[in-house]
Amino acid sequence: MNTVATLPSVRHTILVEAPREHAFAVFTRGIDAWWFRDHCIGKEPLQEVVMEPRAGGRVYERGVHGAECDWGRVLVWEPPSRLVVAWQIGGGWKFDPDLAHASEYEVRFFEEAPARTRVEFEHRYFERHGEAASRIHDGVESGWPKLLAAYARAAGTR
Amino acid sequence: MHTNLKLRVQALGDPTRMAIFERLERGPLAVGEIARGLPVTRSAVSQHLKVLRDVGLVTSQRAANRQIYRIDADGVAGLRDYFDRFWHEALQSFKQAAEKSFKEKSR
Repeated sequence: MNTVATLPSVRHTILVEAPREHAFAVFTRGIDAWWFRDHCIGKEPLQEVVMEPRAGGRVYERGVHGAECDWGRVLVWEPPSRLVVAWQIGGGWKFDPDLAHASEYEVRFFEEAPARTRVEFEHRYFERHGEAASRIHDGVESGWPKLLAAYARAAGTR
Repeated sequence: MHTNLKLRVQALGDPTRMAIFERLERGPLAVGEIARGLPVTRSAVSQHLKVLRDVGLVTSQRAANRQIYRIDADGVAGLRDYFDRFWHEALQSFKQAAEKSFKEKSR
């Protein structure tokens, strides 16, 4: 049996000077407006990032020539207060359809004032990516390097 | 933290170092074993291993008179660092987009 050490979640809290409904809409339907253009995994240059606005909806990129590449799936869709998305980009910088190999991020939107929203963000379960990779390499330490290497490759070619 | 990650990314940007790193993903190895099949000299491999060790991706240990290299499990926690930095920047971008579009809408 492999045991993969659990890595702590990534957490961030930000204040957005806009109503909760607006913040939720921009985070989801409006994702293309704020996503970094160089953060994509497809072979074609990025045309558009799409989050389908419903539970079970796909999160994907569309290239300039129309090729689509999945990133993840909406797990919880509770506008305007809560969103959970599976992050399904695993080892080798590739989409992995098995949700057991996916980490996930949760975003919660709290109304601080009529036009001020506190956004609490958490990306968790990183170890699930490692379990997927360690099954291939059968080693406790092998999962993380694989994924890090993939990210390093992508980051290095920016 | 972020500086370390940047150094690691740079270290793996070299194709030979990436090849060495990938070999160690399969398990701990001595220099001679790592160098086998690589188109560089053994001493070049040692130099690359030093770089990987300096940035915290690889550790080494002496066993039976040989230096054995392995992936540094703490160093690769850099994945979490990557996401930490990535989301910090992405959320700032989101905040700006949300505030700008709200301002334009309520004008």
